[in-house]
Amino acid sequence: MIQVYTSSVIDASADAVWAKIRDFNALPQWHPAIADSRIENNQASDRVGCIRYFHLRDGGLIRERLLALSDYDFTCTYSILESPMGVDNYVATIKLTPITDGGRCFAEWSAEFDCPPQREAELSNSIGQGVFQAGFDALKRHFSTRR
Amino acid sequence: MALQKVVRSTVIDAPIERVWAVLRDFNSHDRWHEVVDHSEIEDGKPSDRVGCVRNFTLQDGNHIREMLLSLSDKDYVSTYTIIEATVPLQRYVATITLKPVTDGQRTFWHWASSFATPPGMEADLRNMVAQGVYEAGFANLKRHLQLGSNAGRSHLRPTSTKPVLQASPVVAQTIKVREYGDAVQLRAESSEVPPPGVGEVRIRQTAIGVNYLDIYLRKGWIPELLPLPGTPGMEAAGEVIDVGPDVTSLLPGDRVAYMGPAPGSYTSVRNVPVAWTVRLGAGIDDGTAAASLLKGITADYLLRDLGRVKAGTRLLVHAAAGGVGTLVCAWARNMGALVMGTVSSEAKARIARDNGCQHVIVTSDYTFSAAVHHISQGADVIIDGLGDAAREENFAALAPCGHWISLGQASGPLQPISPDWLVGKSVSFSRPVAFAYVATHAVLNQRAERVWQAFRDGILLPVQTEQFALKEAATAHARLESRQSTGSLVLLPG
Repeated sequence: MIQVYTSSVIDASADAVWAKIRDFNALPQWHPAIADSRIENNQASDRVGCIRYFHLRDGGLIRERLLALSDYDFTCTYSILESPMGVDNYVATIKLTPITDGGRCFAEWSAEFDCPPQREAELSNSIGQGVFQAGFDALKRHFSTRR
Repeated sequence: MALQKVVRSTVIDAPIERVWAVLRDFNSHDRWHEVVDHSEIEDGKPSDRVGCVRNFTLQDGNHIREMLLSLSDKDYVSTYTIIEATVPLQRYVATITLKPVTDGQRTFWHWASSFATPPGMEADLRNMVAQGVYEAGFANLKRHLQLGSNAGRSHLRPTSTKPVLQASPVVAQTIKVREYGDAVQLRAESSEVPPPGVGEVRIRQTAIGVNYLDIYLRKGWIPELLPLPGTPGMEAAGEVIDVGPDVTSLLPGDRVAYMGPAPGSYTSVRNVPVAWTVRLGAGIDDGTAAASLLKGITADYLLRDLGRVKAGTRLLVHAAAGGVGTLVCAWARNMGALVMGTVSSEAKARIARDNGCQHVIVTSDYTFSAAVHHISQGADVIIDGLGDAAREENFAALAPCGHWISLGQASGPLQPISPDWLVGKSVSFSRPVAFAYVATHAVLNQRAERVWQAFRDGILLPVQTEQFALKEAATAHARLESRQSTGSLVLLPG
């Protein structure tokens, strides 16, 4: 089981960042790698169990199921059902925690998955940096230019 | 009665290992928290033994006993409870949690507790815990880490409670120049490296970058920079063995690379100021770091600051297949510049082309200005490591208002440049030194991070290194001077 962990500090309150990311169907609105997204079967995007169906900017199709959503803990957990990445048993969690000294928040994005040993390094990097860090960087940019 | 809850959190500008090294010690708080006057662990137990009790007095005279309930080096968590106190906190259980901020070597610190109070005292005690203990603690620990563990309030307790390992000298293999001259003057000797001084770290080096500057030093062209006997070398990578007083940003075991304005990197172990170092993340190996820190940062300031290269800039790069040349070509091409380069052989021409040099001029006699004018009607910026033999050709190759950046002088020291000569084309002449462009630690880190990111993004190709044992430094220099080498040369301590 491979674990990837990326964390960052975003210069906005956890409430504000959560408002941006809690919508399971909103990835294209904030993540630069995502081209489009829809929720299958017209379900609400905060209904636990719903499936998002989206394309990466490079064309790849990914389907992910919402496993857990907590407005209390600012946590969202999901699994990959289908993707071109070549990972198995992929479960990821994005979590925000308020930082009480200053209106900032601590953002964590982690994943666990299985893959062939020779692809561990490449996938850890593409997920940890290419997906998670790139998402945090986009959020940081968003909340710094809004002022 | 409802339990009161207090949560406070902050971000500490230090790696998690460093913060945890302080906080995991259940008896450390009288050294960093100002409200704590004196603390000891009862019954002489170690402070990381779960179940141990810390017995302490506060500056205001209050007295508290707390028991360690859990401690996790895996999750960086410490939980404890008050078992006896002269302050009316009841059923008080607190948890300290640290988490790494992975995009900046910082630490998120979460401190939370729940407790009951006598009726009417809820708000006062919540404030006391939140501000007097947690927020004050954040500020105190930040100060403690900045001062270093040997400063601050350590006088409150003799250091004898914890045995301090006496740091001792380490034997190293070092290249010494005892007379200026040819490569044979580089000889391996044994030396002793003392424990790191204030603000220094001692590094066991795994790879050492070889630069053309090292050859100038060996030849005695810059004697004030390398008095005899001396050790050349401006950069290396390796692992921190130990850290000197007042060093808070690195720990033993950290992987680092460094570049510094004083030579001495041709050695297996070295003390360097922490301000010279950059931490190495995953994905950048020691050989790449040693081979490309100084060269990459040189490319960064040449293109970004000094040459102001942008889309359409006509750039001429000499030694385009060399260590700096390949990086400059690739990066400039990515910026949209028109990249021309000179090399001395067809084999090198291929390397220059692979690295983004669009127009390669193969010349072994320093003639290139006609070709440059044919391609571009003159160069806006020339990055020149050739020196005196190419002096006239460089001037001829410049476009009006161009910028001649003299980075090195492989063919011999450049004779003085007359202002009246420059006015003929209204050109600028620069003679930069990389170290002036990394004057502060923050700028060094920023530039290094841009270089590593350019490697990660594939803008810069993985560096091709030629590797030599440290004791073969003379062979490496001869190779670099022969103009046969391509890419970057690296020395490996045995």
